[in-house]
Amino acid sequence: MNKASHVSRVGRSPSRLNQRRFRAERRFRRLGLLGVVLALASVVFLLGTIFSSGYSAFWRLQFAVDIQFDPALMKITERPTAEELQEVHYLALFRKNLERAYPEVKKRSERRKLAQMFSESAPDVLRELVLADPTLVGETRRVWVLASSSADMIAKGNAPRDIEEKRRVLTDQQLAWLDQWEEEGLARNRFNTRFFTSGPSRSPELAGLAGAIVGSALTLLVTLIISFPVGVAAAVYLEEYAPKNRISEIIEVNINNLAAVPSIIFGLLGLAVLLNFFGLPRGTPLVGGIVLSLMTLPTIIIASRAALKAVPPSIRDGALAMGASPMQTVFHHVLPLAMPGMLTGTIIGLAQALGETAPLLMIGMFAFVADIPSGVVDQASALPVQIYLWAESSERGYVELTAAGIMVILIFLVLMNLLAVFLRKKFERRW
Amino acid sequence: MIDSTPRAPGSKGVLADTLEQDAPLGSVQTVGEALLENPSVSCRDVAVHYGDKQALFDINLDMGTNEVLALIGPSGCGKTTFLRCINRMNDTIQGCRVSGTIKIDDEEINHADADVVSLRSRVGMVFQKPNPFPKSIYDNIAYGPRIHALTASNEELDQIVEDSLKRAGLWKEVADRLQAPGTGLSGGQQQRLCIARAIAVNPDVILMDEPCSALDPIATARIEELIDELRENFTIAIVTHSMQQAARVSQRTAYFHMGSLVEVGSTDQIFTNPRQRLTEDYITGRFG
Ligand SMILES: Nc1ncnc2c1ncn2[C@@H]1O[C@H](COP(=O)(O)OP(=O)(O)OP(=O)(O)O)[C@@H](O)[C@H]1O
Ligand SMILES: [Mg+2]
Repeated sequence: MNKASHVSRVGRSPSRLNQRRFRAERRFRRLGLLGVVLALASVVFLLGTIFSSGYSAFWRLQFAVDIQFDPALMKITERPTAEELQEVHYLALFRKNLERAYPEVKKRSERRKLAQMFSESAPDVLRELVLADPTLVGETRRVWVLASSSADMIAKGNAPRDIEEKRRVLTDQQLAWLDQWEEEGLARNRFNTRFFTSGPSRSPELAGLAGAIVGSALTLLVTLIISFPVGVAAAVYLEEYAPKNRISEIIEVNINNLAAVPSIIFGLLGLAVLLNFFGLPRGTPLVGGIVLSLMTLPTIIIASRAALKAVPPSIRDGALAMGASPMQTVFHHVLPLAMPGMLTGTIIGLAQALGETAPLLMIGMFAFVADIPSGVVDQASALPVQIYLWAESSERGYVELTAAGIMVILIFLVLMNLLAVFLRKKFERRW
Repeated sequence: MIDSTPRAPGSKGVLADTLEQDAPLGSVQTVGEALLENPSVSCRDVAVHYGDKQALFDINLDMGTNEVLALIGPSGCGKTTFLRCINRMNDTIQGCRVSGTIKIDDEEINHADADVVSLRSRVGMVFQKPNPFPKSIYDNIAYGPRIHALTASNEELDQIVEDSLKRAGLWKEVADRLQAPGTGLSGGQQQRLCIARAIAVNPDVILMDEPCSALDPIATARIEELIDELRENFTIAIVTHSMQQAARVSQRTAYFHMGSLVEVGSTDQIFTNPRQRLTEDYITGRFG
C-alpha cells in the first residue's frame, strides 16, 4: 500500500496534481452554483410574471354618482314599508339618475354606453343602501359604484387605450368620460374585498374566490380525514407488522407506482365508481375529497414509512424487552417519534392535492355555483378549478383574476409548507 | 458432576483441538457443570437458526438463582443470540427460529402459546448500547410498572421510581431532575437508567448484553458494583468481552465458540484452570 502510493507520486509533481484537483473542484462548484442560479431565476421570473399581472386584481375602480332617492322615481310613498323598498326597480332609479346627472347625453345608444361604464352591480348597491337606511328616501347622496370591467382595465393599463376605437374595449366617448371623472375626482381605487367574499360571476369585476376557497377547504378536510388515518395505519402495518416477503415487496412497489399515476386517472375512477356506481352527489367536496385522498394516500404512506424507519430499532427493542405489546410499542414509543415526519408528509400531500385540477374536473367540480358551499355535499368549485375556468374564459377581465387566483393558491401552498416546517421544528426530538 | 477426565485422548475434550477454528463447531459436548440442581433458568438443546444459517448448536445450560453467569467468547459466537432466546427477543427478528426447551422456574417459555409479554416482565434486559426512551427520566422508569399495572397509586409509582434509581446508583445524580429527558444523561448514566428501568418491574432474571462496552472505567466499576448488589435478588446473565469483568462480577462462566457452548464452570476454575484448549486460548488472548 505504502509502496504503491509512493510509486504513483513519481510521475507527476504533487503541486501539478493539486492544481488539477483545485481546478476540478472549482469547476464543480461553479456548475452547482449555476444550477441554483438558474432555478432561482426561473422561480423569480414565474413569480414576477404572476405578481405583475395579478396584483392589480386586488384593486377595483369605482365611480361616484349623485343619486337622488326620489320617491317619485322609485314609485313609492313618502313612508314606504321594507317590502315596498325591496320591490323598487333600482336599475330604473340608477338610469334615471344618470340621465339627470348627464343631461347632455341624449341619444339612446349613447345613454347605453354611459350606463355601460358602470358595473351591473350598481342597482344592488342602491338597494343595499336604501334597505340599510330607509331615511335616505327623498335625499340625494353621492354613491360609489364599481366601474365596469372595461373601464377598470383601461384605467389600470391592463387593456391598451392608444389604439383605434373598434379594437378598444371602450369607445372614444367612454374614454373621455373616464378621463373627465378621474380629473373631477369622481373615480377612485379601492381594495377589492369582493374578491374574497363572493363566488364566481359572469362579470369579472364582481367575481370572487370565496366559493372556491371554501370548496377547496372542505375538499381538503375530507381528504385529510380519510387519508391521514388510513395512510398512517397502512404505513404502521407495513413497517411494523407485515412480514418482509414477496407480497409486502409487491405492495411496496405498487404503492410507489400509485404515487406516480397521473391524477386524471383517479378522476376517472371517481367518476366511474363514486358517481356512477355508488351514486354519490356529483361535483361535491365529498367526492372530490375521496378522489384526492386516493391520490394523497401514497404520498402519506411513503412519508410515514420513512418516518417510522427513522425511529431507531433500539427504542422498539427497549419497549418490547420491557414487556410492552407490539401495539403498545407502536403507540407509546414509535408513533410519537414518527409523528412530525408523518404530519409533514401529510401536509405536503395535501398541498399537492390543493393544486390538483384534473380529477376535480372529471367528477364535475366545475359547476358555476354562485353560492358559497356550506357543507361537503353541496355543489362546489375548488381553487385550481376556478383558476382554470377563469383562464379559459375569453373575457379579458379575467386575466388579472387568473393571476390573482394563482397568487392566492401559492400563498396557501407557502403557508402549508411553513406549517410543515414549523411542525417538524417544534416536535423534532433527538434520541 | 465435574468431568474428571479432561483432555483424555479420544474424548470429546480434544475434539475441539483438532477442529479448524473458522468452521462452525457443530454440536459439541459441553465440558463442565452446565446443569444445576435447582436452576432458575434451564435451557435444553437450544438451537437457533437465522434463515438457513445456524447460529447456536444444542446449548444445554442452566442459570442458578442468585448467581451471575458470565457469557464469554469471540465476536459472532452467539452470546447475544443465546441471551435473546431467554426473553424471546429473537421473535422480533424475521427468519429467526429457536428450537429446544427453555424453562424459567420450571415453566416452559419457548413454545408458541407462551405469554411473551408476561415473560418479558419477568426477564429484564439491558442492551449493549444504552437505549433510554426519549421521555423523561421518571417516565423511563415508570413505563414498565405502568404497562404491567404494578402500582395502585401515584405515590407507589413514585416510590418504585425512587427505589429503582437508588438501586441502580443513579438517584443522587438525577433526584432533582426527574422530569429531564433520559436521553440527556451521559452514556454511563443512561446505562444505569436502563438498568433501573429493567429492575423497576422486579423481574426474576436480568440479561445484560455487554452493558459496559461504551463506558469509562469509573462508570464500569459502578455498574459492576451494582451487578454484585443485584445478585442478591435476581438471576443475572452478563455478556462481556472483558475477562477481568467476567472474573470480577460472575460466579460461573460459560465459554461460547462458533455457536457452541464449549465449556462452563465456576469462574475461578475457568480462568485458572480451563479444561478446553479453545477456552484457554481465548482467555489467554491467543484467540479472538
Ligand atoms: N439478525 C441476524 N440475522 C442473521 N444472522 C444473525 C443475526 N444476528 C446475529 N446473526 C449471526 O449469528 C451469529 C451470532 O451472532 P451474535 O450476535 O449472537 O454474536 P455475539 O456473540 O453476540 O457477537 P458479539 O460479541 O460481536 O456481539 C453471528 O454469526 C451473526 O452473524
Ligand atoms: Mg453481541
